[in-house]
Amino acid sequence: MCAKRLCLPDPLAAVTDEVIRAQIAPGSRVVDLGCGDGRLLSRLHTEHRCDVLGVELDLDQFGSALGLGLPMIRADLDAGLRDVPTGVFDVAVLSQTLQQIRRPLAVLEEMLRIARRALVVVPNFGHWRVRLQVLLAGRAPVTDSLPYEWFESPNVHFLTMLDFRDLAKRGNFKIVKELPIIGDRAVNRAWLANLRAHSALYVLERAD
Amino acid sequence: MSLRGALMVIETASASIVDVKEPGMVARKSVTLFSEESPLTLASGKTLGPISVAYQTYGALSPRRDNAVYVCHALTGDAHVAGRHHPQDRKPGWWDGFIGPGKAIDTDRYFVICANVLGGCQGTTGPRDRNPQTDVPWGPEFPFLTVSDIVQVHQALVEELGIERLLAAIGGSLGGMQVLEWAARFPDRLASAIVLAAGAKLNAQGIAFNAVGRRAIYADPAFNGGWYYGEGEPPRFGLALARMIAHITYLSEQSIEMKFGRKLQHSAELTYDLLRETEFQIESYLHHQGKTFVERFDANSYLLLTRAMDYFDLVESHGPLPHVFRKTDARFLVVSYTTDWLFPTAQSREIVRALLEARRHVSFAELESPHGHDAFLIDSQLPMLGRLVTPFLDTTYRDQAGG
Repeated sequence: MCAKRLCLPDPLAAVTDEVIRAQIAPGSRVVDLGCGDGRLLSRLHTEHRCDVLGVELDLDQFGSALGLGLPMIRADLDAGLRDVPTGVFDVAVLSQTLQQIRRPLAVLEEMLRIARRALVVVPNFGHWRVRLQVLLAGRAPVTDSLPYEWFESPNVHFLTMLDFRDLAKRGNFKIVKELPIIGDRAVNRAWLANLRAHSALYVLERAD
Repeated sequence: MSLRGALMVIETASASIVDVKEPGMVARKSVTLFSEESPLTLASGKTLGPISVAYQTYGALSPRRDNAVYVCHALTGDAHVAGRHHPQDRKPGWWDGFIGPGKAIDTDRYFVICANVLGGCQGTTGPRDRNPQTDVPWGPEFPFLTVSDIVQVHQALVEELGIERLLAAIGGSLGGMQVLEWAARFPDRLASAIVLAAGAKLNAQGIAFNAVGRRAIYADPAFNGGWYYGEGEPPRFGLALARMIAHITYLSEQSIEMKFGRKLQHSAELTYDLLRETEFQIESYLHHQGKTFVERFDANSYLLLTRAMDYFDLVESHGPLPHVFRKTDARFLVVSYTTDWLFPTAQSREIVRALLEARRHVSFAELESPHGHDAFLIDSQLPMLGRLVTPFLDTTYRDQAGG
């Protein structure tokens, strides 16, 4: 999608990348949708011997990723992934991008068409800071993980962890893992996760 | 200041003596490949030899001979891809904006080769040349050619130059078809393949336009069944018409609108004169394209090469695409343009899909351009293409050297 690695402040991007990396077995075939400049993929390739493919729309980011030697497909996720044949990947990654996609469910289904598993990291708009800003200041939230004014934000959807679980019930897939990301760590289970996590990682697999 | 001025004068003076070491100057080269005893066997089963190949090179071959980039030209291109033959030349080579020192394909790093295709009329053996058997020009008796025959001659030239494996083959349109054929026929001889505005076959629409172009040539009385080299005129009218038709397919509705719109050529008002051939600027432009084309191109070559293009079908000649691509470990970069209706993006997608299915290292981008099929040749569009080709080549070169 949009230049998401640019949109996110660097330390947070690094945290997210690390959390995703921990979920990917070495040697997997990985496609990263909205891969930005390809940093995550490049590390997966060199350190994890993964066979990788990046998908990015922004031409500058696309060129940067080519400069890392990555195979890249230029595509708009909202238009689907027609170029990618069914089932050629083990893992499809969608990091901090779902909230920027017009039809999130369609993209999740598409991910599970081209890959066996989907790793999705979404910002949690249920985080206490977000709630506090709306409640006390009476304004649309601007936080570290959501650093945009409402009129310039690439985010077109606002969801919480609870909302994502609802979405998953509508799709032909199941959540096999939910990892709230609190601070710089992904945790297996957390008390009041929907309040404390700034983002969450979901591992999805087809239901059938 | 004055000293500097004097030096510049000296430099300019020495440049007038043709010196290929001078930046931007390039020499024509020629080599004879194959022979009567060991000729090239064509796809049609016929044989041809010796074959004279006109080519040009830029930059230096590395000691490891691993930095060679082969440029495949399109239907009516030639070996003169960049630079000038003489300082006085009005125009440089056809892709001068893309190839040269510090340019997208940097000749300070890479050794660039471009040769006129077999059957062409710009120095490589073609119908205009003498048939050794009859001692007159081949004319319509020149053997029927395919893209595969053309690529076999390219490969022979590369071997002649002492290159085991190319860093890249790159080409647009018919040039892109050659690159695809190269990867299919000589899968181990390429480290990468760059395919621009092309397809794994020519679609029926493309064949249709070629058919009309050929019809124009056949219908010209001067064509005389292809025997027009001796006395009399070549089929200028037919060839010019063929070019005009083809040229429209290289443009787009948008680019014609931008460049000409409905602007009139000679007067401010419509003349209501049926016999007036050129009222609109677009008419004048097409006439000009036709007129200049016949100065540099041969009608028999045009027939031959458009047919080679019509016949091109990678699946037909090599089998299902994923199966074809599985045999090569070359990296691919595939590029299409939004307004190209001769080779629409869907044709590039077909290639990309097959490459992904074959689990090859492939990159693909559809670039936004108003310039239709010709976008890969238009100077203003080259920086955008360079942003893909340059890092692609650099990392292929790096990874190849590492591995």
